[in-house]
This record gives sequence, structure tokens and C-alpha cells, in this order.
Amino acid sequence: MVEPFTTFTSRTFVLPQESIDTDQIIPARFLTTTSRAGLGDFAFYDWRYDAQGKTKRDAPLNQVDTQTCSVLVAGDNFGCGSSREHAPWALRDFGVRAVVSTSIADIFTSNALKNGLLPIVVDQATHERLLADPGGRVTINLEECTLSAGNEPPVRFEVEPFARRCLLDGVDALGHLLSHTAAIEAFEHAHGLEPRHD
Amino acid sequence: MSPPNEPKILFDKVWDRRVVRSETADAPAILYVDLHLVHEVTSPQAFAELDARGLRVRRPDRTYATLDHSTPTLPPNGDGVRPYVTPDAARQVTALERSCEKHGIRLADWDSADRGIVHVMAPELGLTQPGMVVVCGDSHTATHGAFGAIAFGIGTSEVAHVLATQSLMQRKPQRMRVTIDGALAPGVTAKDLTLAVIAELGFGGGTGYAIEYAGEAVRSLDMEGRMTLCNMTIEAGARCGMIAPDDVTLAWLRGRRHAPHGAAFEAAAVQWLALATDEGAAFDKEVRLDGSAIAPMATWGTTPDAGLPIGAPLPRPRGDSEGRALEYMGFEGGVANTSHPIDVVFIGSCTNGRLADLRAAAAVLRGHHVKANVRMLVVPGSENVRRQAEAEGLHHVFTEAGAEWRLPGCSMCIAMNGDFVAPGQLAVSTSNRNFEGRQGKGARTILASPATAAASAIAGVLTDPRPYLGVDGHG
Ligand code: SF4
Repeated sequence: MVEPFTTFTSRTFVLPQESIDTDQIIPARFLTTTSRAGLGDFAFYDWRYDAQGKTKRDAPLNQVDTQTCSVLVAGDNFGCGSSREHAPWALRDFGVRAVVSTSIADIFTSNALKNGLLPIVVDQATHERLLADPGGRVTINLEECTLSAGNEPPVRFEVEPFARRCLLDGVDALGHLLSHTAAIEAFEHAHGLEPRHD
Repeated sequence: MSPPNEPKILFDKVWDRRVVRSETADAPAILYVDLHLVHEVTSPQAFAELDARGLRVRRPDRTYATLDHSTPTLPPNGDGVRPYVTPDAARQVTALERSCEKHGIRLADWDSADRGIVHVMAPELGLTQPGMVVVCGDSHTATHGAFGAIAFGIGTSEVAHVLATQSLMQRKPQRMRVTIDGALAPGVTAKDLTLAVIAELGFGGGTGYAIEYAGEAVRSLDMEGRMTLCNMTIEAGARCGMIAPDDVTLAWLRGRRHAPHGAAFEAAAVQWLALATDEGAAFDKEVRLDGSAIAPMATWGTTPDAGLPIGAPLPRPRGDSEGRALEYMGFEGGVANTSHPIDVVFIGSCTNGRLADLRAAAAVLRGHHVKANVRMLVVPGSENVRRQAEAEGLHHVFTEAGAEWRLPGCSMCIAMNGDFVAPGQLAVSTSNRNFEGRQGKGARTILASPATAAASAIAGVLTDPRPYLGVDGHG
């Protein structure tokens, strides 16, 4: 499902707005799907299309080629709001592989990591440099947890270690939990949490 | 885990009793889930995951589902056909009905007298109890923290994890206490307090934290008010907000269907009250507010932290984001937003769709009429709320004033069921998010309390409700 990745190089695209919430990433009216596929069409829909559904030609997002620019550099507090995993599904399907910001919302981070979308929090100076250089080339190394851009020394970023292992080695999180079934059962037993048959 | 006898905080007490495996450097803790709430929008892909792996739902008895987000709030037509906004919306509901049937999960379906917005329904039924870990594929799950539960929103992958294992991998967040001293002034409600707290913390200010709300102003809230406060914790970026159980909590729970009864209740009550944060326990961060200084609040921007006392001049933009927000809202820096004609008033949602909220709105509206050209929609949070409101005649107050009285659901809070604010229209809404387009493409949203929403419906502009309540607002 989630392809393992270690390192990749790509160009960036920039959305400098602060607090881009998940309603912007995918508006709620597209959440009536029962599938997780094909949501890239709805990514930033209201930023890309006008009220009649016509492409907004001047919208920067309509000029982005995520084949070459798969790293999104976004304003502070990215991915806030609703817990919809549709947001990372839509971004991945749109072609985004990593999001770089000065802070990224908790639930979005957790959801993104489960879908091969890397949330990267960097310091303000690095962020400003990246914001000022749309289309710049960055290399992201998940093994080392570093991001390199231009001639600057690589900056380190944090990834929750288990999620990182899932991404690097293709570890299946649900499989991992299921391997603890005996412990869960014992816990239920010890704490009187078994099903009541009444 | 902290050593015994050391003073502990509420969050840690609940967390520690539900840790199956402690967290290590390499792996998060495995946390047991007491109650898993499910709705139609964030669950289909999780059930599909179980099907693809040939897994069963581990604890259908700890899982409870409802229909709320995609569901129409208008009644079925003469042929019994519900007016779904799209065939997809109807399919999503059918998918949940099928999954619940297949896995033996209780579902508050269309014919259920319990159906409601997930965060309104579960507390009503006594499903939510102190000391529990409660999760749902929904960011407003923090609502249940009002009972002294650890309650937080999860993504759909995690919904599958909980369905399959009744547990979840989590790292313990940092803990913050937000203490609101002093008593709220007359005519100031839980929603005003909530908006003031979020304005203080900032939109991302709670990221990485679990919040405990404490202090006199919080203690004085009824359970509905506490739920309103905890509900919007995510709007400060924190996943979980909680309040220690006390007599108010016990009074709410006593006699509820799924709460313990008789001697079992009294025994549970002793344990629940012991969950309160011990004297001297330390938090990673402390924030204090003066509750007595809070006035009725409303938002002016496109993030929930953009709140101000009604009538205060809006800030002059300090950066692109604020400038963009003001421009989107059609407001001007330095001037109050109390003179822009309102098009829509929405009363409802998991923030303010409970009986107390409808009573508060009706108290303002009684004997008045909604201003011409204002559309007012009142959507009860659940069938239980609807029944009680109708028994009190509140629906007559609303309809006689010119408002629409609908069936329970999320409705215009998220605008995915066909109820929406039209492009460019200005709404005063009791829900929780004023993001661009949240209530419909191009919709402009002011968040406020039910009393403020009702007063604004009468006046046709954003209005301090206190004069309508016979309260002098200018202290
Ligand atoms: S009422 Fe709004 S916030 Fe609450 S669960 Fe429904 S959509 Fe989410």
C-alpha cells in the first residue's frame, strides 16, 4: 500500500498562507465518497476552480506540475481543522510527497504518515528560504531525517520513530497492532473489560 | 508512568489505566479504547480495509454508530424517499448500514429514537463516561472530555485499527491546564468563554497538547456548557480537552441508559471523582484567564481564534493572513463587524445543538421575528433534543419567529448534506469552524453563541444578545 521510500529529490511549490485547514485541502462536499482513490481531482478544489467549476487560470495551483514539484512548502499550522484522512489521500493523489512548514497539525501529521506523505517541520529561517524559492530543488532523506536545499547544509527534521520505520521498511501498522492481540486480550481480562453477555 | 503517591493529573490517571503496552523510544504506547464512535463519512474506507484483510470488528459492543453528516434534515417525501443531496451521500449511509449489520454494531439508524450528531448522542445515552478512552473519526471527539474522559479524533486508518483491535498506537501528548478564574457575567455563555479561550491560545497554540480546563468559570458550567468548551479544543490545535468529573457530571450520568445503575453507579462514582487532578500535580504548561472579564464573543476572520467581544473594532491586519481573512469576510480593520447585513443564521451542531442551546436561543427569540431577508435554520443535535424541544414548544417559538425547524444532523456546520450558505452570504453560526467555504463554497461565517445568533437573526446584523435578555451588558 504505502511504498517504502528512503530518499528523493524534487522541486518545491509554495502555498505561503498560514493555517491551511483540511477544508481547503479537500472541501467537505467531496467527502461523500466511500473510496480513498481519485481524490486528487478535489485537492484545493475551491482554490483551483471558480463557482461555475471552471479552472481559475491565475490560480498558482493550476500551474503546478507535481511530477517535478512534489514537495509543498506551506505556511505555518498546516493541516489544521478536521481529522479527515481524505486530506492526505487527496494530496498524495494530487502528487504531493512531502509537506514542509513551521508547524503541522497533530491529526494531519498522523494521517499523512500513514499514507506515504511526509510532514516536515523546519525552523523559521529554513522555512523562509524555502518560501522565497518556489521551484527550488530539495532532497529529502528519511534515513537521515534531513532536508537539503541549495548550498545550505542539510537541516534535520523529526519523524515519530515508529511511523518512520513504517515508511522506510513498509511495516504495516495494523499488522503490528494485531501482533499484540494476546496482550490486548490479557488487558481486557485483567481490567474487567470483556464483553458482557446480558 | 509516574510513581505511586506522586500527585497526578487527570489526563495521566486516565491514560495510565488504559495503557496496554507502554511507549518506548521505538514505538508508541498501545492504548485501549473503551468506546469507539462511528459515523458514515470517515468509516467506509476503514470497513473496506477490514474486509480486504478478512478481519472482524473485535468489540462491536464497544462500538456505536450513527448517521449525521451526509443526512438530509428535511423529511422524506410522500413516497418515503429521503432528499439526499447526491446518490453518493445515500450510498455512504447504506454502506454504514451494511457494515454495522455485518459486524453486529449498534447503529442509530433513521428509525432510531436515539439518532443524532455523534457527539450529542453518545453523552445523552450515557455511553460516554469518566475515565474512558473515547475515539471517533472526527476531530470534535474532544467533546466527550467534558466527562473526564480522554477523547480525541482519529483518522480513517486508525478507525480501522480500533475496529480490528479495540486499541490504538499513541504517544502521550504534553499536558496544559487552562484555568478560567472568576464567574462569567450574566448573559455570557459557555460559547463566549470557548471563543475567548481559543482567541487566547491561538489557532495552533494547543498543538501537541492535551488540555485540562479548570477554575471557577468551568466548574460553574452545566454539562452542556462543558461539552461546548471541550468540543472546540481542536480549534486551538489540541486533540483532547477534558474537565474533571464532579457532582454536575454525576447528576448528568445518573439514570442514563448506558451508565451504571444502582449500587454499581455509586461505586463507579467514587472512582470517577478520584480522577480529578491532585493538588500540586505539575503540567507542562499553564494558562490563566479571567472569566469575569469575558463579554459575548464573535469571530471576525476565517480561523476560530479570530474572536473578539461583539462591537469591538476589528484588528488592523498585521500580516497577509489577517488581511486575507478580512478581505474574504468583507470586513474592515479598525471597525466593528456589527453593521454588515446577515443572510443566514444557523443554530445547531455538536458545539451548540443541545437542549440548553435551543432554550437559550428561544429565550431571545420569543415574541420577536427574524428580520426580513434573513434565513434562520434551527437544527437539533439529536432526536432526543428534538423530542424534548418539541415537548417544551421550542419549535413553535422558532417557526413563529420565521425560522426553519429541521431534523437532527450536522447540517450547515459542514454543509455536505445539501444545507449550505450560498456563495458570498454572511452567516452567524453556532457551529465551530469559520474556515473559508466551511459552510458552503464562498460562505462567510461568524461564529457565536446561540443567544447571539438569535439576537442577530432579529436585528439582521451581528448583535450583543444581552439587551434581549434584560441584562445590562456594559459593565
Ligand atoms: S456538527 Fe459539525 S463539527 Fe460536529 S460532528 Fe457534525 S460536522 Fe463535525
